[in-house]
Amino acid sequence: MATTDIVPRGSSGQMGRKRVVNDMSIQVATVNGSGSQSSNTVLLRSIFQMGVPISGKNLFPSNIAGLPTWFTIRANKDGYIARKKEIDLLIAMNAETAQDDVKTLNPGAAVLYDEPLALDKLRNDLIFYAVPYDKLAATVGADAKLRKLIKNMIYVGVLAHLLEIDYAEVEKAIRKQFATKAKAATLNLAAAKAGHEYAAANLTKRDPFYIQRMDKTKGKIIVDGNSAAALGCMFAGCTVVTWYPITPSSSLVETMIDYMKEHRVGPDGKATFAIVQAEDELAAIGMVIGAAWAGARSMTATAGPGISLMAEFTGLAYFVEIPAVIWDIQRVGPSTGLPTRTSQGDVLSTAFLSHGDTKHILLFPNSVSECFSMAQEAFDLAEHFQTPVFVMSDLDLGMNNWMSDPFTYPEKPIDRGKVLTREDIEKAGSFARYKDVDGDGIGYRTLPGTEHPAAAYFARGSGHNERAQYSERPDDFERNMERLNKKFETARSFVPRPEVMTGAKAKVGIIAYGTSHWAIIESRDQLVNEHKLETDYLRVRSYPFTREIHDFIANHDRVYVVEQNRDGQMASLLKLDIKPELHPRLRSICHIHGLPIDARSVTDELMMMEGK
Amino acid sequence: MGTTTNTPAPAPKTNRIGLQVIDYRGGKTTLCAGCGHNAISERIIDAMYEMGVQPERVAKLSGIGCSSKSPAYFMNRAHSLNSVHGRMPSVATGAMLANKDLIALGVTGDGDTVSIGVGQFVHLMRRNLPIIYVIEDNGCYGLTKGQFSATADLGSKLKSGVVNDLPPVDTCAMAIQLGATFVGRSFSGDKRQLHTMLKAAIAHRGTVMLDVVSPCVTFNDHEGSTKSYKYMQEHEEAVNEVSFVPSFEEINVDYDPGSTLEVTMHDGSSLRLRKMEEEYDPTDKISAVRRLMESHEKGEVLTGVFYINAKAPNFIDLLNVTDQPLATLPESVTRPSREVLAKCMEELQ
Repeated sequence: MATTDIVPRGSSGQMGRKRVVNDMSIQVATVNGSGSQSSNTVLLRSIFQMGVPISGKNLFPSNIAGLPTWFTIRANKDGYIARKKEIDLLIAMNAETAQDDVKTLNPGAAVLYDEPLALDKLRNDLIFYAVPYDKLAATVGADAKLRKLIKNMIYVGVLAHLLEIDYAEVEKAIRKQFATKAKAATLNLAAAKAGHEYAAANLTKRDPFYIQRMDKTKGKIIVDGNSAAALGCMFAGCTVVTWYPITPSSSLVETMIDYMKEHRVGPDGKATFAIVQAEDELAAIGMVIGAAWAGARSMTATAGPGISLMAEFTGLAYFVEIPAVIWDIQRVGPSTGLPTRTSQGDVLSTAFLSHGDTKHILLFPNSVSECFSMAQEAFDLAEHFQTPVFVMSDLDLGMNNWMSDPFTYPEKPIDRGKVLTREDIEKAGSFARYKDVDGDGIGYRTLPGTEHPAAAYFARGSGHNERAQYSERPDDFERNMERLNKKFETARSFVPRPEVMTGAKAKVGIIAYGTSHWAIIESRDQLVNEHKLETDYLRVRSYPFTREIHDFIANHDRVYVVEQNRDGQMASLLKLDIKPELHPRLRSICHIHGLPIDARSVTDELMMMEGK
Repeated sequence: MGTTTNTPAPAPKTNRIGLQVIDYRGGKTTLCAGCGHNAISERIIDAMYEMGVQPERVAKLSGIGCSSKSPAYFMNRAHSLNSVHGRMPSVATGAMLANKDLIALGVTGDGDTVSIGVGQFVHLMRRNLPIIYVIEDNGCYGLTKGQFSATADLGSKLKSGVVNDLPPVDTCAMAIQLGATFVGRSFSGDKRQLHTMLKAAIAHRGTVMLDVVSPCVTFNDHEGSTKSYKYMQEHEEAVNEVSFVPSFEEINVDYDPGSTLEVTMHDGSSLRLRKMEEEYDPTDKISAVRRLMESHEKGEVLTGVFYINAKAPNFIDLLNVTDQPLATLPESVTRPSREVLAKCMEELQ
């Protein structure tokens, strides 16, 4: 399988083209478990240290070792960091996929290949560079076992020469990568150097791609969304995390364990948190709910299959009104689907997760910085509204490397919601758990252990009245359900507002959310530059929808809803909310093959639907 | 001035924290008259009262079924969460993570625990979470009108005459194997034994797993049932006689160390197990499980404390959390400083 889409030959010949500076995509094709992750990171960081905006995307199999893996680095001077559809430079290290990988390249692309693969016989419209990796690895002096691993670092050296990356940056990146492993650092430095020297002595530059120093990454960080979320949750005051391992969410909790052990253990050596690996997702969400009922800021992280399993408990939390924060790092479904590929396919099922009338607050981070900031928003909303809140990240965001400004320290105090203390009850005499005292649909709760004879209430998933007593009375049930609805309506003015980019009085609007954002900002520029089509853009950041979204649809003749699922789930969700006469304005652009969405596909499909 | 002296009404009886038994009562039961579960609720009330437990410190947790409704019928002053079918163990675990000062009391049934909830039951036992876990075991699904549960004995008959042809799960043998540290069986009709076992359970810090045979008077109390009052009265065999001296009471009864095992509980209370069977050792897992297996062959219903280990670390101990419950830690403790964020950002540059 190749990861690029086949494009017609000869559409954009690059032979003899002028220099292409700081604008390219590099794909490294390897076998998973071969140690390529370190060398890919070093290459990524070397370019980043040159001041060039980058993104790195790992396209990996659901397997531990021995299956094909592709790592794509995009370097772009204008800051476009979405996946680029075309590959400019292929580093072919995997014999199994090399032929397919080469066949799908655009003419003019360059290929760096392992000499014995003899790929240069396959096509005559590409630029080939052969590298004798095994021979070079032998000169580095590593033993046979390590040779396999350092082969990957050799291509970093070769590429650094070809692209004219300042070699000092490569060395710096290697030292950072192996900061705690001096021996490995020495060996990898030697490997990269061997590649660099080999290229200088033997390869003649024939491709047009160059990296030149610029200043667009100064002060920036590189981080994956799951690590950003872990940091966000730690700074949001989370105290209980329960989880069950599932790709692509596991690294969120695993990173959080590391951060919490470092920064959330008191001077007495005691932890201000508990992280528990549960026996399954049912137990993970059960523990979150039990902990939140007893007053902890609790969360779990999972993916689609886990979300399905959490359905029943989510209904309990909705109906009993217990906070919960659930990170859904979406992967491709249905069923096991493509566990290591990205998707936005859980939107509809999560919005209404569980039986009966239920609906839930969803947040849609588009960036690592929103993974950080939405962590606190999720906890605050969950405790404020005493209800589950889902943060809808995805594999692309969660597991890939993103460049970002450093995160800013949360200035907003933590919102623990309406919790009555012993003194509050003393003053009031009694309390009714599910009474709408303030007209916002949100009742007051007490925590187990509150030492007052009137503090306790009986929380139950069966029908109940305002005083939390069992009730099957039609009027009690109806009133309670209406109040829950009112609470959801109140949430509309508390959830994160959309990001809206308007200005040109455009007739065409685009709505997207999450990681699709990065393809949209690039596509909008393509639409203007190539088709003179101005568009306005709204990025949804939460459900329930806010006023701005209704207005945006009403103000545009045609609104393209771009998303990474088959059925246009966000478009469907919008249609439930907007006036029926606006329905015909919505058009879906859907992208479902599991690779991060790219701008070119959006631009082409939008123009086709525009009839041009 | 009156010429006669009114004798003041005798002060109501109170426990060591000054509460009356009424302070431990709950709502009026809606279970069937004569249901074993009601008797268990009464024993819980008495045990909590006599042990002087602050009712507000108790967290009542349950799943779904007749048994799981019963927390509404005792201790109104304790918070309660009636959760989903078979998943109370995870909810209880979460609650204890949040507030380790709570006394978790889980009430469940044989359907709730042994069928739909057996997965969570297994992992609760493994963790040795501090909890008193009571299975109100009637061998059938009462709330859905009497179908067999997975604790129904081989050959036991439904009212309709259908005979159970699958072997029962022995929750006590399972719990011992899995890591629970206080495991016993009782009978809702054995007032003294159940009452004493519950008091000892309150003194334990670890998983107490009590399987209490609790006849369903409506669907499983007929001739041919092995969970009926009559069957239990005829087949109950206690492995030991249980007595208990709370930490706040003076020990004034001697015992014979040759025939009685004394166990010092976490809070200093004393649990005494007088041997009814010469060979039985409740500190030995292997012999405990063997004896339970034998009882199935012999058609006996064993009761008593089968296994006790008052010293094993519990799940909360292993987590090494702050003394103050996690639930109420202030922002100043749960949100690291600006410097920490700056350091984290620097590492990512």
